[in-house]
Amino acid sequence: MAAPAQSVTVPAISSRLLLLSGLSVALLLLLAYLVGFDQGAVSQSGMYLHELMHDGRHLLGVPCH
Amino acid sequence: MRTFGQLLVRGLIVGLFAGLLAGTFAYVMGEPRVDAAIAIEEANAGAHTHDHGDEHAASSSEEEAPLVSRSGQKAGLFLATGLSGVALGGIFAVGFTLLRRKLRTGNDAYAALGLAAAGFIGIVLVPFLKYPPNPPAVGDPETITRRTVTYLLTIVIGLLAVCAGVALSRWAARYGDVARLAGGVVGLVVTVVAAYLILPRINEVPDTFPATLLWQFRFASLGTQATLWLLLGFGYAATVARRPSEQKVNA
Ligand SMILES: [Zn+2]
Repeated sequence: MAAPAQSVTVPAISSRLLLLSGLSVALLLLLAYLVGFDQGAVSQSGMYLHELMHDGRHLLGVPCH
Repeated sequence: MRTFGQLLVRGLIVGLFAGLLAGTFAYVMGEPRVDAAIAIEEANAGAHTHDHGDEHAASSSEEEAPLVSRSGQKAGLFLATGLSGVALGGIFAVGFTLLRRKLRTGNDAYAALGLAAAGFIGIVLVPFLKYPPNPPAVGDPETITRRTVTYLLTIVIGLLAVCAGVALSRWAARYGDVARLAGGVVGLVVTVVAAYLILPRINEVPDTFPATLLWQFRFASLGTQATLWLLLGFGYAATVARRPSEQKVNA
């Protein structure tokens, strides 16, 4: 049932790949948090970024207010 | 073979474009609903100050200028959807890199499309059906923490339900194609329904809020997210798909 190997374009799983993946996902989740949930604690912009992205939050389905 | 960096950067770029185009959909289909909801919210707030605040002349000055104007928020919509697209596109690319070998297809484009479908079901559809998103003027600010936690929980449950569907589908595959399909649906639906029954019911829509507007907003929200995932899936599929010439060299 294994996929034909020749068409697989991804690198083999290694501890280095897992480390890079974990770091990337952590940073990207922080970015998602900034858009969806932050109220100034992370962005250090007061409520400015929170208010700026207000409509996006509602229309992306994130609970807002 | 592509490196991790190449796979990730493609996800970030495709995600950015998917997010900006989803923002365009949201601007056209969603913003009129958000405006209408904010008008209702302000009318409610105005009625409220009339009831209690007539004697306090000072209370009218309590209405501070907003930090960001409405037109600023409409521009900010694109920032929000663009950044969300980048974040989702990057996470999608990491998921593709780590899960590619477990996806039983020889075709990278099909693998990307399948993963996008799984992401849309788990991250968008399952939360949407349990806690449909609400426009401004709906929702009690006091319960925002509870609503946020339950929302995030539905995303986790949605992703687990997709995994359950895939697992059951693979197990049932030995009994034929119909069983394979049925197994996937059963695994997904049973997990989701069980979770829906356990999760608390939250309905904060005031009786006075127009139902038509509510559902127009909700479908605009669903459409925005569907646009994002559709473009992410097809966009990523296009960037990882190999051209025939490339295949010959590498095969
Ligand atoms: Zn809001």
